[in-house]
Amino acid sequence: MAVSRKVPAIIDRETSFCPGCGHGIVIRLIAECLEELGQDNNVIFPLGVGCSSLLGGGLVTDRLHCPHGRASAVATGMKRCEPDVTIVAYQGDGDAYSIGIAETLNAAYRNENITMIAINNTNFGMTGGQMSWTTMPGQKTTTSPKGRDCAVTGNPIRFPELVASQFDVAYAARGAVTSPKRIATVKKYIKNALAAQVNKEGYSTVEVLSPCPTNWGLDVLGAMKRIEEEIIPYYPLGEFKKREER
Amino acid sequence: MAEMMKGNVAIAEAAVRAGVRFYAGYPITPSSEIMEYLAKRLPELGRQFIQSESELAAINMVMGAAACGVRALTASSGPGISLKQEGISVLSDEELTCVVVNVVRYGNGLGTLFSSQCDYFRETRGGGNGDYRCIVLCPSSIQEAVDLMLTAYELAEKYRVVTVFMTEGALGQMMEPCELPDFVEPPKLPWGFDGKYSYKKIGIFDRDSMQEAEQLNRKYETIRAEEQRWESENVQDADYVFVAYGLPGRAVKGVTRQMRAQGLKVGLIRPITAWPFPVKAFAEVNPGVKGFITVEANATGQMVDDVALASKTVFRDRFVPTHALPCVYGLPSRKFIMDGFGQIVSGARKEVY
Repeated sequence: MAVSRKVPAIIDRETSFCPGCGHGIVIRLIAECLEELGQDNNVIFPLGVGCSSLLGGGLVTDRLHCPHGRASAVATGMKRCEPDVTIVAYQGDGDAYSIGIAETLNAAYRNENITMIAINNTNFGMTGGQMSWTTMPGQKTTTSPKGRDCAVTGNPIRFPELVASQFDVAYAARGAVTSPKRIATVKKYIKNALAAQVNKEGYSTVEVLSPCPTNWGLDVLGAMKRIEEEIIPYYPLGEFKKREER
Repeated sequence: MAEMMKGNVAIAEAAVRAGVRFYAGYPITPSSEIMEYLAKRLPELGRQFIQSESELAAINMVMGAAACGVRALTASSGPGISLKQEGISVLSDEELTCVVVNVVRYGNGLGTLFSSQCDYFRETRGGGNGDYRCIVLCPSSIQEAVDLMLTAYELAEKYRVVTVFMTEGALGQMMEPCELPDFVEPPKLPWGFDGKYSYKKIGIFDRDSMQEAEQLNRKYETIRAEEQRWESENVQDADYVFVAYGLPGRAVKGVTRQMRAQGLKVGLIRPITAWPFPVKAFAEVNPGVKGFITVEANATGQMVDDVALASKTVFRDRFVPTHALPCVYGLPSRKFIMDGFGQIVSGARKEVY
C-alpha cells in the first residue's frame, strides 16, 4: 500500500544549515524514525556544540544544549532519571570524538541505554573548518594547512568499530547521505539504534558521513563525490554490531 | 534522638532525606565518604547512583538529571570542583538546579589533604565563565549542615540557581551527635523534561541577552535582599568584631566569649551564606567600632574583601579598618586568635583595607 511522505510533526520549521550540508537530512531521518516508533512525543535531545546545536532550532522537542563534548554524560543523567523516555545525543565528530571522547567512550563503556548519533564531516564545521579527529590523512583544513600529517596528529578515529570491538554495546553502524539508496540505509540504521534503546538493549550509535561543502571548498555534488571516492574507503559503511534479540 | 555521625555521612543522609534522587561523582579525599555512603544508600531506595569516569562527567550527568526535574547531587573537593566549573556555569545559564558539595581541602593545584577554606573566592564569585552566582552555604557544625541541606535545595529551586554547599575537610571527617530531619518527597520540578515538550524553551539562537541580563540582575538583587543568613553575638557594643565562618567561625565564637569574660569588647559575625554575603549583619554593629577582623583558613585572606565591602556599604561616613588573620589550614587555635588580636590592637599588625 502506498504511504504518503509527510513532514514529521516535531519538525516545526526549516533548518539553517549551509546548502549541501547533511545535518538536515539526518535530523529529518531521526524525526521520521521517532514518529514511526511512536517515540516522537517521548524524546529528549542532549545536543552537542557546533553545527549539531542547530537541531535545537528545528524541532519542537525537549532538548538541552550541553557543554562541548559532554552530551553523552548529560544523556546518561537523563536516562537514569527518565528510563522510559528515548534519549538521543546528537553530536558532530569534533564534539563527540575530539573534546568529548572521554564522555562518549565511557557512555559506550557502561553500555548506557542511550542513542548517540554522530555527524562525521571530517572537520569542525561551525568554527570554520579546523582539523578534527576524523579529518582524513592529507586533508587540508585551517589548522592543517599543509594537509593532515598523521605522523604527528595520529590517525582518524573509527568510533563505531572501536566500541563494537571493545565494548559490550547493543548496536553500532555507519552510513552516508550521498544518495537516496544510502539515505534509506542510514534511516534503517537510525531506526535500529532507536529501537534498540526502546527495547532496553543498551548503547546504540550511528555515525553518518556527511558533506560539508562550505568548509571543504567544494560544490554540493563535489562534496558528495569526495565522500564516495575518498572517505568511504577509509570509513567503511555497515553495521559493526548488530542487534541481538534479548 | 541524636546519634554520633561522621560529617560526610550525615550530609549524604540529609541529602537522601531532602529527596535527592540522583548522585554522580568521582572519588577524592576528603569527600569520598559521601559517594561511598550513597553508593549503598540510593540503590536501596530505588534511586540512582553513578560512579562517573571523571569530575567533568559527574557534573554533566547531574545536569542531565536536573534537566529532568529531579533533585541531583554531586560532591567533591578543591581540584575536583575546579573541573566541574564548566558544568556549573551551564547549569546556571540554563537555570537548572542542583547542590554541589565542596569538602574544601587546602592548596592551589592538586593541593593537600588539610582542612581549609581556600576556595572562598571561587565559590562566591562563580568560578566558571560568565557572570553568574551560586548560593553558597557554609555550615559550622554537622547538625547545622544537616539542617541546611533541605534549605540548599529549596533555595536552588526558588531562584533556579546552583547551591554550593561549602564545608571543610575537618567537618567532613569529624563525628558529632546530630539529629536527622524527616524524609521529604519532592514532586518533579515544573521545568523538568518529560519527553513531551511540556516545558517550552526558547531556541538556542533566539535568546535575548540584554533582556536576560535584566532578569538575572533582578534575581540576584532579590537573593541579596532576601537570603542573607548569619549568626552574630555581642556586636552592638563591640570595639572589634570578628568575622569567621564554618569551623573557624565556631572556634572564634568560643574565643570571643572568653575574651568578653575578660572584659574585652569583642563580637562575632558568622556568615552562614557566604553568598549572598550577610551585609545586613554589619548594620547591627556598634557605630563606633574600631575594626573588623576575619579569621580564615587560607593563606592570603579572601573573605576580608567581602567584609571591607560590607563595612563600606554600612559605614558610609567613615572607613573602618579591616584586618585578616589567615591561619592557612586547619583550625585557628585560641593562641593564634589572641596573639593576632593583640598585634592588631597594638598596631603591630597592619589592616588589609
